[in-house]
Amino acid sequence: MGRKLLLDKAHIENIRLYDVYRQHGGYRSVEKALKSMSPDQVTEEVKKSGLRGRGGAGFPTGMKWSFLAKPEGVPRYLVVNADESEPGTFKDRYLMEFIPHLLIEGMITSSYALGSSRSYIYIRGEYAWIVDILQQAIAEAKNNGWLGKNILGSGFDCEIYIHPGAGAYICGEETALLESLEGKRGNPRIKPPFPAVKGLWDCPTVVNNVETIAAVVPIINEGGEEYAKIGIGKSTGTKLISSCGNINKPGVYEIDMTISVEEFIYSDEYCGGIANGKRLKACIPGGSSVPILPANLLLKTAKGETRLMNYESLADGGFQTGSMMGSGGFIVLDETQCVVKHTYTLARFYRHESCGQCSPCREGTGWMEKILLNIDNGKGKMSDIGLLWDIQRKIEGNTICPLGDAAAWPVAAAIRHFRDEFEWHITNPDDAVRRNYGLANYAKPLEVVA
Amino acid sequence: MIKFSDEKLKEVQRIISFYPEGKQKSAVLPLLHLAQREFGGWLDVPVMDYVASLLNLLPVEVYEVATFYSMYNLKPVGKYMFEVCQTGPCMLNGSDDIIKYIYEKLGIKPGETTNDGMFSLKTAECLGACGYAPMMQMGKNYREHLTKEKIDKIIEECRNNAVRAN
Ligand SMILES: Cc1cc2nc3c(=O)[nH]c(=O)nc-3n(C[C@H](O)[C@H](O)[C@H](O)COP(=O)(O)O)c2cc1C
Ligand code: SF4
Ligand code: FES
Repeated sequence: MGRKLLLDKAHIENIRLYDVYRQHGGYRSVEKALKSMSPDQVTEEVKKSGLRGRGGAGFPTGMKWSFLAKPEGVPRYLVVNADESEPGTFKDRYLMEFIPHLLIEGMITSSYALGSSRSYIYIRGEYAWIVDILQQAIAEAKNNGWLGKNILGSGFDCEIYIHPGAGAYICGEETALLESLEGKRGNPRIKPPFPAVKGLWDCPTVVNNVETIAAVVPIINEGGEEYAKIGIGKSTGTKLISSCGNINKPGVYEIDMTISVEEFIYSDEYCGGIANGKRLKACIPGGSSVPILPANLLLKTAKGETRLMNYESLADGGFQTGSMMGSGGFIVLDETQCVVKHTYTLARFYRHESCGQCSPCREGTGWMEKILLNIDNGKGKMSDIGLLWDIQRKIEGNTICPLGDAAAWPVAAAIRHFRDEFEWHITNPDDAVRRNYGLANYAKPLEVVA
Repeated sequence: MIKFSDEKLKEVQRIISFYPEGKQKSAVLPLLHLAQREFGGWLDVPVMDYVASLLNLLPVEVYEVATFYSMYNLKPVGKYMFEVCQTGPCMLNGSDDIIKYIYEKLGIKPGETTNDGMFSLKTAECLGACGYAPMMQMGKNYREHLTKEKIDKIIEECRNNAVRAN
């Protein structure tokens, strides 16, 4: 069993309530930071921990914090990104729903480090019942003196507010999020300037994922160096993985990043194997935006090494033969699933979510959706595959924000690894045959543990 | 006359206080949510104008927000709205069958409302419940691990609630 730092208390009855959370050691990190550390020392511990942002990009958190501009007399803001809309990802929801005080505690400690006296949680609007849970937690924290003026006599003031979104994946992108928090459409801003210099209401701002901020609690409690001992290489600490698709035990798991992908999928501690006795065909290991991998490349790298559930190993081989850790949304397809259809649903998603500011993204996502729908319906032409490839190439890297790349990569990877399945769809337009492209091909080369 | 109750107006003031002086524009998203819940489940133009007046904004500043986000309904919707997720992970677990079954039961396609104004069907993109698929959103809550039997039950539950409310 791996170490748990975030969900270790999630099973405790009523841990959602302040008194229970406090009895189990809650809010110790705030006491430690405010009573015995300077804000810079808190940042220093986060740097030492090696913590990388859990929202998708994996950028080192301590470094991000140290970029925050600190002009005299200008407020600074911490904004927690709880927009969580990347298909396959539902870990932040779990954390907020079951141990809301962990996020609030992490936010107070982090706000102290950053000098933010007004911190916001930007949460996707659909998580309406979680807003109630968080509001309750904030009220409890405030009643017990962890929020408000002069917290623990330290001279530090802090309030936390919740801002609900209203249904827009793009608002997870940090600058679109800030626009939305300012009461506007979620159109990403051109960077630079970066939020660390000019963010919310033009003030220096740090945007961090829910899980990132929650991880600050064990880092301050145990020290950055202790935290860095868990995991491997530059993948320090623990990571929440939300797993879904055709597995026996979908859910949210906290892993230490030394376990193999194979263990994660097949062991009873985690996903419990492929559902209904079927075989593994493919997997998107880090949320819908990262490349899909066929079973053989998922379990072993191209060099034949065991693939591990961490940033470096999942990315081993680049986009040719690897993928990414991304947001930790782990989507598993069994041998009966159709990669063309799955890719189509993702293309539809990105077309729906494109904000429309840049033409390669606005137009390209629409074309990809239409072409994939045609192929999926048996109306495709061989030349469509090349056309799809060209379109995704023209989107990638040519847009204001990374949503364009996020839309291009899944299509590229599906063609790269499953071209024969696209061709099969085109040459076998008959419905029953088309949808029945078995796929032992992809599951065969590797033995899997039972 | 469109106007929040005194109690709701207090809520409005509380929401505005979440933002610094002069930044009340930020409150437009939460106020549109509040208005949609209060005034019949959708945002008619006079409702948006009312929200604009509460925040000292031009009406267009509210319209452009309301039209951007998918949770705001710009047309009337049924008393109960089923928003069924259809993105990849839910599709892998049979969301297409759920959408089809609702159509068979209620005779409405995505985007439509039953003649009695009771039910609307809408497709949604990933709602962050992929591990509990197939699923749909109904008002403030999620209904997860959907099956045909569950849909039957939910529809019955809604009809019973509606009768009780009358
Ligand atoms: C289209 C798009 C959607 C995103 N959605 C999210 C999201 O839902 N949650 C999140 O934490 N980060 C999301 N991100 C990443 C954020 O822009 C940002 O990098 C992140 O919140 C930083 O936090 P971290 O450093 O703690 O990971 C998204 C990025 C893009 C381009
Ligand atoms: S890449 Fe797409 S989502 Fe991002 S700014 Fe451009 S149009 Fe909007
Ligand atoms: S794909 Fe349906 S909730 Fe995520």
